[in-house]
Amino acid sequence: MNTYSLRGLNWFNALSAGAKPVEDLPASLKVADGVLGNQPVRFIAVVADPENRFVRARNGEVGLLEGWSLAKAVDEVIAADVDKPHKRAVIAIVDVPSQAYGRREEALGIHQALAGAADSYARARLAGHAVIGLLVGKAMSGAFLAHGYQANRLIALRDPGVMVHAMGKASAARVTLRSVEELEALAASVPPMAYDIDSYASLGLLWETLSVEQIEQPTTADLARVTECLNQAIGDVAAHGRDLSSRLGASNRAASSKVRQLLRAQW
Amino acid sequence: MTDLLNKHSFIELGARQRAKALLDPGTFRELLDPFQRIMSPWLERQGVVPQADDGVVIAKGSIGGLPVVIAAIEGAFQGGSLGEVGGAKMAGALELAAEDNRNGIPTRAVLLLETGGVRLQEANLGLAAIADIHAAIVDLRQYQPVIGVVAGSVGCFGGMSIAAGLCSYLVVTQEARLGLNGPQVIEQEAGLEEYDSRDRPFIWSLTGGEQRFASGLVDRYTADDVAQIQQHVSELLQQGLPAQQRSRQADLYLQRLARLDAAPQIEPATVRDLYQGAHS
Repeated sequence: MNTYSLRGLNWFNALSAGAKPVEDLPASLKVADGVLGNQPVRFIAVVADPENRFVRARNGEVGLLEGWSLAKAVDEVIAADVDKPHKRAVIAIVDVPSQAYGRREEALGIHQALAGAADSYARARLAGHAVIGLLVGKAMSGAFLAHGYQANRLIALRDPGVMVHAMGKASAARVTLRSVEELEALAASVPPMAYDIDSYASLGLLWETLSVEQIEQPTTADLARVTECLNQAIGDVAAHGRDLSSRLGASNRAASSKVRQLLRAQW
Repeated sequence: MTDLLNKHSFIELGARQRAKALLDPGTFRELLDPFQRIMSPWLERQGVVPQADDGVVIAKGSIGGLPVVIAAIEGAFQGGSLGEVGGAKMAGALELAAEDNRNGIPTRAVLLLETGGVRLQEANLGLAAIADIHAAIVDLRQYQPVIGVVAGSVGCFGGMSIAAGLCSYLVVTQEARLGLNGPQVIEQEAGLEEYDSRDRPFIWSLTGGEQRFASGLVDRYTADDVAQIQQHVSELLQQGLPAQQRSRQADLYLQRLARLDAAPQIEPATVRDLYQGAHS
């Protein structure tokens, strides 16, 4: 029985079947160059490495090596396509339980490692690469900011195990001086606080949600459905641009639009 | 620094006063000021009293004659946490600064960071806003430097520490702390042995301003003095873009990490040695 999730790895393996693995990366990073439909893409997943030499990053957490290596894996794509008119897409397969919590991590500047990853994903987007985040498991906090949240389009599979949040329940309860039960009761009535993917979808941050038959280990039909959706997302980026404005517009995120509108008027 | 009578604490100032203190005299102009009462739509229903500026001050003006927008976080309101409105103010200001540059107006940005990161009462909207802030910093940085100041006493944590890591330059004081995870959360997740959240000297020795400067993870280390901080910010703005952004040095940091024996628990001196802080 594994204590860590294998979803990210399984979806990576399924989507990248036949793709060329990229070497010279830590075992916690899976990267491969392949095609999706007829488009060249790079698949990237952070997975659990029980032998990770940083002990606080053995369950699929995004730590120091993962942050900087994500940066490297994305930078390679930007550099390789710099002179090409068509930039290949980057598919971030997201199943990250958290950033790594540890003394070594803080001391060595894990914030800077995650900034490296966010920087590269954002620059890939600005350089014209479609960056698509595919949420197949947890997408938590700093880990998601480093791996996925800079995507042009976010796609989530519809499953109780797919969740986006700023902090795990136990820690969130401690920091806000509430019990876990109180936190859950509040989350049920305040959409941005909820842990389920439907509440998250109501914030307008997802481009699409998809149901699949077997979230843990995709079937052939699941793979076909997700592949088609990823291709549509890539096409949508080509048609509608590289910034994050498509995330604005939901009624549960109305203040984010209003603030921007007023700032522009007063600028 | 020796003349205490002429020294004015920056840390003791609120966000609005800090922004005023950095801008050239008479140039401060606040956008979405508190009288417009653009407040969090989420706090009241959770029994938290909202604030009229949601804890973020956006001000335009100039520093040394250069056009600047300042986004200053009020550490005294909800621990400087970013919710939907405050986060959108900061992201929106950075987005407009980048747009200015595309239109030939060389607006720079200065971020005054006193923040625990995401406001947990607005969890996913805070997180989304921080992703927008990251995107906007990287966008603006194509044209002009983005300068982060962490003065204290809150420090800079969570997703906003990643924002700090994206800044072109960082200025810190001894009182500042810069780290991804707050001490309480690390203790909660990893145990007291790993991280004792009540041991202040231990925490500062790892994440405090002096250590970050000695490790080359920030650019300027300054006394808590308005004039000195103003001078540092002004100099960095005049410098323009750095030769290499810190967040673009993956190869260098991976080489350094490869040299580390990660088995024993880490000491502050190990980090200084490994990162060969240019200023140690």
